[in-house]
Amino acid sequence: MKKVINNPSDVVEETIEGFLAAYNHSFRKVENVNGITRRNLKDKVGVVIGGGSGHEPLFMGFAGDGLADGVTIGNVFAAPSPNNVQSVAQAVDSGKGVLFVYGNYMGDILNFDMAAELLEMEGIESRTVLVRDDVASAPMERYEDRRGIAGDVFVFKIAGGAAEQGLDLESVAKVTQKASDQTFSIGVALNPGTMPDSGESTFTLADDEIEFGMGIHGEPGVERTKMMTADELTERLMERLLDESKIDSGEEVSVLVNGLGSTTLMELFIVNRKVAQILEDKSITIHDMDVNSYCTTQEMGGLSITLLKLDSELKELYDAPANSPYYKK
Amino acid sequence: MQTDALIINLNATQVKEMFLYVGEKVRENKPLLTKIDSAIGDGDHGIGMSIGFTKAEENLKEKEFTTINEVIKTVGMSMMTSMGGASGVIFGTMFIGGVKGLEPHEKLNLPILAEIFEKSLEAIKVRGKASLGDKTMIDAFEPAVERLKQCSDNNKSLLEGLKNAEEGADKGVELSKEYIAKFGRAKSLGERAIGHQDAGATSVWIIFKSMREWVEGLSKHA
Repeated sequence: MKKVINNPSDVVEETIEGFLAAYNHSFRKVENVNGITRRNLKDKVGVVIGGGSGHEPLFMGFAGDGLADGVTIGNVFAAPSPNNVQSVAQAVDSGKGVLFVYGNYMGDILNFDMAAELLEMEGIESRTVLVRDDVASAPMERYEDRRGIAGDVFVFKIAGGAAEQGLDLESVAKVTQKASDQTFSIGVALNPGTMPDSGESTFTLADDEIEFGMGIHGEPGVERTKMMTADELTERLMERLLDESKIDSGEEVSVLVNGLGSTTLMELFIVNRKVAQILEDKSITIHDMDVNSYCTTQEMGGLSITLLKLDSELKELYDAPANSPYYKK
Repeated sequence: MQTDALIINLNATQVKEMFLYVGEKVRENKPLLTKIDSAIGDGDHGIGMSIGFTKAEENLKEKEFTTINEVIKTVGMSMMTSMGGASGVIFGTMFIGGVKGLEPHEKLNLPILAEIFEKSLEAIKVRGKASLGDKTMIDAFEPAVERLKQCSDNNKSLLEGLKNAEEGADKGVELSKEYIAKFGRAKSLGERAIGHQDAGATSVWIIFKSMREWVEGLSKHA
């Protein structure tokens, strides 16, 4: 796979440099680590998001007004180190504490938890909300094992909105946890992405095959099958998603159809068309639909569908203004 | 002519040289670790370990050390701060965990090495919430530490201790093939992970093997 990079060991730093070259007016680098913060930090709970790099525009693209205040990123597909997380948290803390929001992966938990301990010793309070939206990554009985994928975006949105309202750390964490509990996703993989360092594919899949439920790092899914039409594929995804989420007629959702990297917007719209039809058929109210490639894995092909089940509190926070280079409300 | 038994301790500079050699060997094994990790993990273990030991080399070469504590702490902090991922915390703790709170030593001998790694093992278990048989680096580290302790209790030489630890780690790597993974991507494979060795355990074996090689080289040239 051809990749437009320089030295593979410089990809993360050079990505940040390029991002800041474009958005220098709004963000600044956190010294000595791979992290950024907003320039106009407010006197409120700081929201810090992050994870491994390679999933652009996650995570840097989601820092801004009504979203995250700081972003900590690790090496490609690897969690940021404890000192990286700690430095970003220190940079955004206004004295009202820091909320960490990130996907449920072992590496991220180890590093963020260690950072939280270091911060506690300095008197900076923190809370953590894990995103576990991928319903195919583990059955409900093992909810603790479910991984975070594109649903990150909805949970970041709610966390940012709540912090912007001036709520205290406990309250921001509580409503963000609710958002995480009400966010459900499922994906399908068509082609692997490649690691910038080694050029290796993240998984192998025959040309005419797809895999339902495959994770964004190539974690095994629930079913490998022959390629099918957009409508068939969307029906399969939606059936499982509605079944797992227990979202039923009369309820209200926001939808994200997320491309994994190389799947075109044309294809994503075709999928979204079917998602809308299915939800309408089931009398599930669509509050909002977003069709974008927010959570990618390099040039991985495929998509995920995310539903955020809304109540009045979540809806208000969902609709609150937000502005970042890759997300606006 | 000196015998193995006479190499009973290493000064801080020697410990530094030993870990520079370990780093070189770990980096040489990046393709092997990548291959092993790609089979059941996310394929980045070799890259991560290589990043960690490259940073360790950079930081070790920058300074002269008087205590072995500082050398080992430097190795651990380099890994912890540069690698990220689960491996960064776990392998960082493999070094930092053991010297945390340890009184300063100018020399490293087998009893001290056994004490350090025993504390590290405990710290890793607390941090990672894993135990023997979970298909993690502990599968190699715990038997290696056991062997270090046994040899230390029997007044063996540093080299003898490391030879035994390497053997224990090697056996642990073999046994890890039979385990179902409790952590990481391999966990979702269930029984499909059986037959594959754990990449982290393999790194532990490479670390002990190269420590042994370095001390053996010292014995031969002494």
